[in-house]
Amino acid sequence: MAIVISPGRTKTTAPARRQQARFLREINRNARAHGFLIGSVLCFALFTWYPMIREVIESFQRLHLGNTTFSGLRNYRQITADPFFWQAWRNTLQFTGLALLFGFALPFVVAVVINEFRHAQAYLRILVYLPVMLPPVAGILLFRNYFMDPTNAGLLNQLLHAVHLPTSQWWGAAPSAMPSLVIISTWTNMGSAVLIYLAALQGIPGELYEAAEIDGAGLLKRVWHVTIPQTRTILSLLLMLQIVATMQMFTESFVTTGGGPESSTVTIVYLAYNYAFQFSNFNTAEALGVIMFIVLGVFSVLYVWLERRGNEA
Amino acid sequence: MAAAFATQSRTLISRAQLSRRSGRRVYWVSLCAVVLLFTLVFLFPLYWMITGGFKPTSELVRNPPSFVPTHPQLAPYRTAWDELHMGRLLLNTLIYAGGALALQLTFCVAAAYSLSKLRPVLGNLILGMMLATMMIPAAILIIPQYLTVLDLPLVHWNLVNTPWVIWLPSVANAFNIFLLKRFFDSIPEDILAAAAIDGASSLRTLRSIVLPMSRPILGVVSIFTVIAVWKDFLWPLLTLTDPGRMTLNVGVNSAAANMQENVLIAGLAMASLPTIGFFLLFQRNIMSGLTSGAMKG
Repeated sequence: MAIVISPGRTKTTAPARRQQARFLREINRNARAHGFLIGSVLCFALFTWYPMIREVIESFQRLHLGNTTFSGLRNYRQITADPFFWQAWRNTLQFTGLALLFGFALPFVVAVVINEFRHAQAYLRILVYLPVMLPPVAGILLFRNYFMDPTNAGLLNQLLHAVHLPTSQWWGAAPSAMPSLVIISTWTNMGSAVLIYLAALQGIPGELYEAAEIDGAGLLKRVWHVTIPQTRTILSLLLMLQIVATMQMFTESFVTTGGGPESSTVTIVYLAYNYAFQFSNFNTAEALGVIMFIVLGVFSVLYVWLERRGNEA
Repeated sequence: MAAAFATQSRTLISRAQLSRRSGRRVYWVSLCAVVLLFTLVFLFPLYWMITGGFKPTSELVRNPPSFVPTHPQLAPYRTAWDELHMGRLLLNTLIYAGGALALQLTFCVAAAYSLSKLRPVLGNLILGMMLATMMIPAAILIIPQYLTVLDLPLVHWNLVNTPWVIWLPSVANAFNIFLLKRFFDSIPEDILAAAAIDGASSLRTLRSIVLPMSRPILGVVSIFTVIAVWKDFLWPLLTLTDPGRMTLNVGVNSAAANMQENVLIAGLAMASLPTIGFFLLFQRNIMSGLTSGAMKG
């Protein structure tokens, strides 16, 4: 009897045992894989995912006499009623707009010019990139105190004076403060954009220029019909990244002007910093963060949509 | 020189046009103009910064400017070193950058390896959640992050004014994990399978096969990490407020208002020299790494 049954029994249990072993192996494999992941998942959870959720929740709360209470949209209403909020948006958009004019177009022109030279290319590239390597505060203070000094002792004012141009108050007066910060920020940051454009330019096949030239395209036409379309993807990507980066401007304002003169350089991030650390109103600062996230989010979606439409056309 | 024109593939302006006599003249004139202009715009400020520290204040702010220090003196540099506690600031920043580098290389590499080769259950969801954080501009999360490090959930540690406040958040770097994972994806599965048949554990495979093959991407990630810590301002401004623990950027900024002009410029020069030197030494690797990382990203 037992002899008859036992083969039958092994027939039914062997796949089950194999399945069980495979299941254990799977568990073991997954445990090991998650073991490799756990360190960075914990860091993401603590320092990115949790703060994200926390920001949204706390933006609807208020701290009153040590008690946290739900307050609906009160923080948001408080922000939109604050005249500084609208001023900060105007300032931020002014910085972003000017930074695009200089920081976006200029590196492209510089890269196109450098790419034409067969000599000294490495030297030029190193020069453009040097300021990127400075600690930002060193570069900013160098301009603030020595080149853009609002008095006549500043080097740029001496230069303007020497060529009989009107001198400027630079960051010392409201109208010129933001443009001064744009100049500083462009000087310190444009190197990385130039390098990326150069890499993109070097990927353009020479035959395209050849063909355009045979078709009678002049220098500017070749830039317009060959260089720009060929680097379009990287151009629009950097445009997007730069807009997002410049909308978060803080360091230049904080180090150079402290938000002045007449609040002309208070940016959105600076305003959030003030809410949190001047007025200890963290909930309002977080609500401002949510507003900024929505604005930048809408902007990113718009960008992706335009990009897709551009590709279809 | 003609060879230099011929060896490169053509760009906007054709070789024929350049080798014509008029073309060559325009080329050399514009090259000289551009080299001069760039030197003036990008190198002169650094020259002014470094030589400024050798001048007395009266000479530094003189009108018309003095371009070469008449009586070079080391005193401003010495005063700046003491007043800024430059040694302390440099050491702090080095420790923060080094620790962030070590932690990031350990945890980001492990995570990318797991997501790329071990592929656990829910791996794609985790990867997606990590990459989604790249969409969120850093400055937006600063305030809730600050509140979090004041009182870490569950364990209730306060990380402010400890190195951990720089080290741990730096591990949550989606871009580096993305770069590493994409590189690991390109390593053929067969090699890893062969290692597994030979009895290598996953850790052993990572150490002896994956890592040696990944040197270029590890270099790129290391450079990104060190530069990011070295240049960060807002986060250390909020979280490292104890003067003995400040970073270079924050320490220089907080002392700047009370310093004499020539001492400050000497301080700025000293703060800049380590990274300038580092860059000039490794410029080839840094520049190619930055463009390749950014291009493929």
